[in-house]
Amino acid sequence: MRRWRLWLPLAAFAALLAVVGFRVGKPEAPLPSPLVGKPLPAFSLPLLEGEGRLNSADFAGRAVLVNVFGSWCVACVEEHPVLLEAARSAEIVGIAWRDKPEDTRAWLAKRGNPYRAVGVDADSRAVLDLGVTGAPETFVVGPDGRVAFKLTGVMTPEIWRDRIRPLLESLK
Amino acid sequence: MIVEAGLFAVILAGVLAALQALALPAARLAGRPALAGLIPAAAAAQALAMLAAMAALVYAFVVSDFSVRVVFENSHTAKPMLYKVSAAWGHHEGSLLLWAALLSLFGGLTAFWRQGLPAAMRLRVLAVQGLLSFGVLAYVVLTSNPFDRLLPAPFEGRGLNPLLQDPGLAFHPPLLYVGSVGVSVAFAFAIAALWRGELGPGWARAVRFWTLVAWVFLTAGIALGSAWAYAELGWGGWWFWDPVENSALMPWLTATALIHAVRGVERKGGVEGWVVLLAILGFGFSLLGMFLVRSGVLTSVHAFAADPLRGLFILGLFAAIEGGALVLYALRGHRLRSHVAFAPVSRDGALLLNTVLLLVATGVVLFGTVYPLLAESLGLGRISVGAPFFDATVMPLMVPVVVLMTFGPMMKAGRDDLRRLAPRLGWIALAALAGGAVGMIWTWKAAVGFGLAAAVAAGVALAVGRRRPTRRGLGMAIAHLGFAVALAGITGGSQLAAEAIARLPVGGSVHAGGRDFTLAEVREVPGPNYIATRARVTAPGIDLTPEIRAYETPPQTTTEAAVRSTLLGDTYAVIGDPTPEGTVVRVFLKPLLPWLWAGAAMMSLGGGLALTARMSPSRRRREE
Repeated sequence: MRRWRLWLPLAAFAALLAVVGFRVGKPEAPLPSPLVGKPLPAFSLPLLEGEGRLNSADFAGRAVLVNVFGSWCVACVEEHPVLLEAARSAEIVGIAWRDKPEDTRAWLAKRGNPYRAVGVDADSRAVLDLGVTGAPETFVVGPDGRVAFKLTGVMTPEIWRDRIRPLLESLK
Repeated sequence: MIVEAGLFAVILAGVLAALQALALPAARLAGRPALAGLIPAAAAAQALAMLAAMAALVYAFVVSDFSVRVVFENSHTAKPMLYKVSAAWGHHEGSLLLWAALLSLFGGLTAFWRQGLPAAMRLRVLAVQGLLSFGVLAYVVLTSNPFDRLLPAPFEGRGLNPLLQDPGLAFHPPLLYVGSVGVSVAFAFAIAALWRGELGPGWARAVRFWTLVAWVFLTAGIALGSAWAYAELGWGGWWFWDPVENSALMPWLTATALIHAVRGVERKGGVEGWVVLLAILGFGFSLLGMFLVRSGVLTSVHAFAADPLRGLFILGLFAAIEGGALVLYALRGHRLRSHVAFAPVSRDGALLLNTVLLLVATGVVLFGTVYPLLAESLGLGRISVGAPFFDATVMPLMVPVVVLMTFGPMMKAGRDDLRRLAPRLGWIALAALAGGAVGMIWTWKAAVGFGLAAAVAAGVALAVGRRRPTRRGLGMAIAHLGFAVALAGITGGSQLAAEAIARLPVGGSVHAGGRDFTLAEVREVPGPNYIATRARVTAPGIDLTPEIRAYETPPQTTTEAAVRSTLLGDTYAVIGDPTPEGTVVRVFLKPLLPWLWAGAAMMSLGGGLALTARMSPSRRRREE
């Protein structure tokens, strides 16, 4: 066998390594949510505190964060301090998903309440329309009622500082 | 305490692996050959240490020790015990530890089982295995420590993806891991052969043995994973050409080629360099699969969370192991001999051609798997290469492979004459025509599939019928027949399939495959940690109860298809969420699909039977 042929597998391997190695550490562009740029799906949920309802139409003209959470959700505990910090400069509306109202109240009493209002979505009515697959999830809604950004998972201090707060300020 | 002991055991195993790798060069440098005697002991001790480490991790899951980070993230006190145990390998750190433990275990077994190999070969093989273990254990300790603690310890875990709570899924990753790690033994033998410059006695037999072990587990693992996808995902499909499925298929195809190619070398009728290359590539595909799953470069239902450091580390490991092996192959491959004393028309010729075709098919699967990465790097956007590409490329390549498989086993080793085989080839052709004629009732693809399956079965019958086969021959016959059965199942399940979908009120019905399926009732049923919406879908002689399960932690719903399997095929029903307008009911008819699982089981069993075959001493002498 001619010697140079023995190098062919190595050459093929080097090419493969170049292709796959190039992608390491470069996360794929996140799949844009189909909701981004579209009006927030309308919902109307009973309020956690007091009479009346939380209507999506109520936020028209203001930029708000809509945060889906639940007292059963461990990741929400991790996210909570960031929301408390965010509440100082932003308006946050909560959707308590598949939770008993008394559990939600106890959870908020223990950890602090960052929400201007909380809607109770015990049977996933609004959450399904919003295309939520798990908690926590956060929507940034502009004054025009359109979804400007959707975050799946925990809002870390970095995401709040670098992405969401600048976005909210640009929307105001 | 036990958890810390687990971490200690991993570090100890890493030290032993380094010792195992370095003892041989050290013995030579120091001029003290006795040092090399430590190698088998180090390999055995390393295997024991890794078994202890794995046991410690399983223990932490069994007692729900949420102070261990991976237990908190992946388990929950409300989970059934089986899934607590299987959660130990249901995430990046734990599955990597299992991978490393299996690597050590194979090293320990190689040390224990001498297989009549000369010491010069055995010690080199163990040294290579030590080096592999050291690399993987360094990866575990430096980037993916499963024994990491959390302070303060949480009271409850974050649960487990309910999709993963299925017995099929609890066992398919360990089986696949045994298979994909098992090909590392052949790799170590290949490197040791290049290092020594010759194969030597017993090499081919040992490589065939270990590759067959890996192949049996890979076959079972892939089949179990497919059966899980079929039953659980509710799409009525069983293979999706998902990158991670392909990552298991590529080592399987290469191991299949290696088992066949190494037989030629065993009989002094093969190309040694080709066998060594296949062994190097087989483990390379295993490593590539590990890289694709763990580096975060691909999106897949199987992928673990991405971490750039882990991605870079594993890329380095992959490049060092596989690149190093191929450099060695390029530099020393010419020392290996080729027994090209066989004619093109011979058993060895057919085997060589078939292994080349199998490797080409593997290359096509590889191309389809990494092409989306290439496209994204070139700025062509996100492209997914799906079933149409693979069906159009891999399937045609498999046709000549299967044709050769029908008569290859009955050919003579060194040189044969097609005229001698003509009567039997006639019978095979007749079987193919009969199968094809049956298939033509449906589609031409069904004709090809059934024709080939019938031809393979006829070939096996002719080979077994002529003379009483040895145990190994019988194992091969069962495995080949299993392939024919599986091929018939695949063909029937895809080409003869029928399906219907309709939104039905309770009492409504939908027509599929000549029968009316009625939605008899829909009701809520509580499960251990979920609430199920259970429907009854009935037809004459058929009563199916598909479910949708809503889990609480984490909130997630899963579809439980209801399948009724008979020898003739599957009837499969899935429901969607009930709405006031009715419930979406999907019915699939998959004729012959259960044959696929039966065929895969036969392939695994046939391989297992061939493993137990002992060679008679006279034959062993002749072949060495």
